[in-house]
Amino acid sequence: MKTLLSLEHVTMQFGGVVAVNDLSMHVDEGEIIALIGPNGAGKTTAFNCITGVYEPTNGRISFDGSPIIVNHPAGKMKRLYGGLEHDMFANEKVLSPTPDEITKLGIARTFQNIRLFKSMNVFDNVLTAMHLRLKSNVFSSVLRIGYKEERAMRAETEKLLKEQGLWNHRDDKATSLPYGYQRRLEIARALATRPRLLLLDEPAAGMNPQETLELAAFIREIKEKYNLTVLMIEHHMDLVMGISDRVYVLDFGSLIAEGTPEEIQSNQRVIDAYLGVAEDV
Amino acid sequence: MDREKRNHLIRVFVAIALVYGLVAVLEFTLRPTSIIFTVLRKGAIYSLVAVSMNLLNGFTGLFSLGQAGFMLLGAYTYAILTMPTAVKESERVYRYYDALIHFDTGVLAGLIAAGLIAAVFAFFIGLPVLRLKSDYLAIATLGFAEIIRAVCQWDVLGPLTNGANLLREFKDLSRITLPFSDIPFPPTLFVFIVVGICILLIVLLINSSYGRAFKAIRDDETAAEAMGINLFRHKELSFVISSFFAGISGALLAMFQYTVQAQQFRTVLTYEILLIVVIGGIGSISGSCIASFLYIALSEWWLRGLDMGTFLGINAPDLFRSGFRRLVFSVIIMIIVLFFSRGIMGDKELSYERVRSFFKGRIHRKENAR
Repeated sequence: MKTLLSLEHVTMQFGGVVAVNDLSMHVDEGEIIALIGPNGAGKTTAFNCITGVYEPTNGRISFDGSPIIVNHPAGKMKRLYGGLEHDMFANEKVLSPTPDEITKLGIARTFQNIRLFKSMNVFDNVLTAMHLRLKSNVFSSVLRIGYKEERAMRAETEKLLKEQGLWNHRDDKATSLPYGYQRRLEIARALATRPRLLLLDEPAAGMNPQETLELAAFIREIKEKYNLTVLMIEHHMDLVMGISDRVYVLDFGSLIAEGTPEEIQSNQRVIDAYLGVAEDV
Repeated sequence: MDREKRNHLIRVFVAIALVYGLVAVLEFTLRPTSIIFTVLRKGAIYSLVAVSMNLLNGFTGLFSLGQAGFMLLGAYTYAILTMPTAVKESERVYRYYDALIHFDTGVLAGLIAAGLIAAVFAFFIGLPVLRLKSDYLAIATLGFAEIIRAVCQWDVLGPLTNGANLLREFKDLSRITLPFSDIPFPPTLFVFIVVGICILLIVLLINSSYGRAFKAIRDDETAAEAMGINLFRHKELSFVISSFFAGISGALLAMFQYTVQAQQFRTVLTYEILLIVVIGGIGSISGSCIASFLYIALSEWWLRGLDMGTFLGINAPDLFRSGFRRLVFSVIIMIIVLFFSRGIMGDKELSYERVRSFFKGRIHRKENAR
């Protein structure tokens, strides 16, 4: 299978704190991958590196075969750097795109604490996410010369909302929706950017077991329907074990295990990381 | 849904047509020196600046205080361009300098150039400034507005700006004619038409895909960026467009005042506009328009008596003397800001349904009281 996303020796250091240390992983096309780990393990930091919110201190991230983010320690960081593979990317060109450029490449994300556009209704929330494909410039957009494009965007929004079961809520304010629907809307909004890779940051946070089960089915369904590859951060083990093809486990910023859900469940290091190690004499 | 939308549009057009009809009727019936025209003209001009500021502060979430600077650029551009060449060369205006520009343009070209110059300056100012956030952006834009004003009064630029002296005898509101003729055009109607077109363009912008992107940035920058909206490009776009219309309103203000002097475009002007935006409701176009007419009517007309000795039939020249108006006015503004902190309209727009329910609520309350 073709590798869609790969991280090579990615390190993210804030001052003296190494939040992500020498993380290497790959996501193949059509997979559902889970990234798990105890609180503060650096999962969201890794997400923020992939999506361009943070500029990693060291390492290379490639998407669809070509490098999209490359960096190596420079300046003051050269002295401070506490990660591994110091010189590995020293001769490569630094690439640090902004999050919107990453999204345009086909990587969409959701957030751990839902971030919808508060003042807009459900319809406009999804419609806004299609702005990145808009071809008409501001003049023709204002004078409604390119209205055909706008109409196409509206039709696509309608289709997407109907598929996600949100059509009846289209005129509601996004923030007035029930929690589960807000999550769903956030995913629908991410889908509106037409991603190939979908990053979900704790999609089941705050959900009860029943809702979590529904979410698992939902993720599988959209994966098939939109030909997606999914990388998710999750704490709910039922969800992780139920739908992921492979699991990566982070602890204190470093990768401690990788494998199928069954392998992870019986991995001693993972159990130790989650439950703590007995200090026997 | 669509029918409702169409009805709504028809109502809006009828209401706007009525306003313009009323202005035209007033223009042909009342004395041209009537205070009503002062209120209407200045109110309309302030509406445009307030709406342009609302585009930036209310819809894009950028707290910028540079409006007066861009109005100044527009006013000077317009005055310099439309002043007849004969006047420029006759030493009636440029008494201490040799005028640099030896051509003059028509009113419309002057207005558009005023907007464009303001927009060009906004583009270059925006490059460094828009990377700042919230308060820092406000301070930086405020600083730039002051710098522009100071530079305008600089001797070296005298041949262009006439230094700290007045610019006058350009094509002001009393000199507007129908195109290609000498028939005078009703000045208040002219202001309303220009302002109307500009506000219509802003409304169209806000309801376009770009407008939605602006609102997304206001609501949540991180989420907007994650949805593929380039923050800097869209902020710059909003800043430039807002300044374009601020430039045009500056030109209109120059036409209204018959003279231009850098002194008039102090920071106080920006605060006045900010006040109007806040009173009208941040994020409401109709709110900004209503608030600016109310503001101008209050300060120029209804509270006049407080400075003149007689107010509401009370004659107290010792109390109601020059400056008392400002005091009362400040108190009124404080009351509004304290008790209507979301402004007259909040972030909603004026609509037939809202007006109807407002009055219905009144009647119901009265009936209940009985």
